[in-house]
Amino acid sequence: MSMHDLTLATARDGLRRKRFSARELTAHFLDAIEVINPRINAFITVTPELALAQAAAADAALARGEAGPLTGLPLAIKDLFCTAGVATTAGSRILEHFVPPYESTVTANLLRDGAVFLGKANLDEFAMGSSNMTSAFGPVVNPWTRRGDNAPLVPGGSSGGSAAAVAARLALGATATDTGGSIRQPASFCGIAGIKPTYGRCSRWGIVAFASSLDQAGPVARTVEDCAILLGSMAGFDPKDSTSAEQAVPDFAAACKRGVRGLRIGVPREYRSDGMPPEIETLWQQGLGWLREQGASIVDVSLPHTKYGLATYYIVAPAEASSNLARYDGVRFTDRSEGADLIELYENTRADGFGAEVKRRIMIGTYVLSAGYYDAYYLRAQKVRALILKDFTDVFRDVDALVTPTAPSAAFAQGEKMDDPVTMYLNDVFTVPANMSGIPGLSVPAGLDANGLPLGLQVLGKPFDEETVFAVGAALERAAGFTTLPSLRAPSLRAPSLRAGAEP
Amino acid sequence: MSLDPATVRRIAKLARLRVDEAQVGQLQSELSGILNWIEQLDEVDVGGVAPLAGAAQMAMRMRDDVVTDGGIREQILANAPDRQGDFYAVPKVVE
Repeated sequence: MSMHDLTLATARDGLRRKRFSARELTAHFLDAIEVINPRINAFITVTPELALAQAAAADAALARGEAGPLTGLPLAIKDLFCTAGVATTAGSRILEHFVPPYESTVTANLLRDGAVFLGKANLDEFAMGSSNMTSAFGPVVNPWTRRGDNAPLVPGGSSGGSAAAVAARLALGATATDTGGSIRQPASFCGIAGIKPTYGRCSRWGIVAFASSLDQAGPVARTVEDCAILLGSMAGFDPKDSTSAEQAVPDFAAACKRGVRGLRIGVPREYRSDGMPPEIETLWQQGLGWLREQGASIVDVSLPHTKYGLATYYIVAPAEASSNLARYDGVRFTDRSEGADLIELYENTRADGFGAEVKRRIMIGTYVLSAGYYDAYYLRAQKVRALILKDFTDVFRDVDALVTPTAPSAAFAQGEKMDDPVTMYLNDVFTVPANMSGIPGLSVPAGLDANGLPLGLQVLGKPFDEETVFAVGAALERAAGFTTLPSLRAPSLRAPSLRAGAEP
Repeated sequence: MSLDPATVRRIAKLARLRVDEAQVGQLQSELSGILNWIEQLDEVDVGGVAPLAGAAQMAMRMRDDVVTDGGIREQILANAPDRQGDFYAVPKVVE
């Protein structure tokens, strides 16, 4: 195994056994970023000096025998998490020069546990998108390509930079956020794992807000176990977030080893959508077979309001976004376009600073909250949301977890699905219901489509029962044996000299 | 539901977004398309259903009524596009 094929868990082992130092590991990833990032644009900002200083501190901690859970492990941070003293753009022109004076709770937790931050990962503007095409800093290229076709594919979104960086071996893991599928869909498109935990599991404090009742942070990484290790550090009660859950953080990594014997796995019949590629249906059945072989029983269930999830989302999320994004007014956050009076200053700043998709969502949100339309749109959506939650509450009386496809397709080409906003929105049909109801959802790479592109399976669980989600996800991962690598990934030739005995 | 140009201009005004006359037509068709699609919710029977505002299934916490932060004026103003002394500066509002 070369350095670029390390998982987070094996890298941690290597550091503790002194097979390589944190500085060597970090330098390897910084070199890889220098070579590969110009081709995939996964990072908006790279912070080599900071990373090497953090790595030096990690080596000192390791030498003292004081290693934390993540000491010396290089990560990418989605550029939606505020990082003290490091530009945080949210993928938007309007925050291009914003340097937060504070650290988000999630990234502070990772630093507390010894992680090394390589830089800030690209994303759809304000996390609004499913392709990373809406970033003001240019699209991210998926490290995977179709067999015999070099057309650049999207990495999914909004956490496209995070997922592409991990898939291309430019980081051991990355932080991401998920408002309607933004962790799970890019994980599926890039052939890696990613979990959106239960709403309230990770603090939202210091994460640039999109839709506050839906936003939730989580990790993406090569393996389910790596996600479990990262989530263990990211999660935890935070008094600075009023919706943060006062719940103990269990040993998620231990849950990966539980197995699925005796578990009841639900298969929601409404997730069988028309026009879904047959490979996805086949992979889904295969996944259920793997769980059955490992001792789980498979149960047919119904979530009758699933089909309304997306439409509900596209009222609730824009409504909350229109309110959250009102703060970008040209007065407090670095960039201003002048106007003859204050109103014109606001209007010009926001017209120049926001991209087309963000403007569309702000306008939809403003409309559905406006006088005379509130009841017809927003209030009705909140009632349908209650019905979506009830669907899940009902089925989880009978089953321990649900297994579905993560997305209705594999990665598509840049420029596809761009003609009509609604076509792009349909990407999130299988992921949105978990955000509407707050339940945890994990995507596991499980197979390839006919073009050789990765496909993910999604595991949904009960609120605050990520442990069962990890157990089921790890069981799928073991059975799938997904080892195919993307065509574009970090070269091993520039790996730093490993100490004798480092290569098994 | 199809939005007319006046409604598009009114929403833009409420949202504090400058919309040039040339953009109104395209926004009108895009926003109408999205609204037509979300109107599928009209077929759901929501009679007697209480609205759900959030995914956090918990009661809001109370905290002690004490100062927990502050005294960081320079940090807060560090990102201001314009300032005068210890204040954010904006164009004159009151004549």
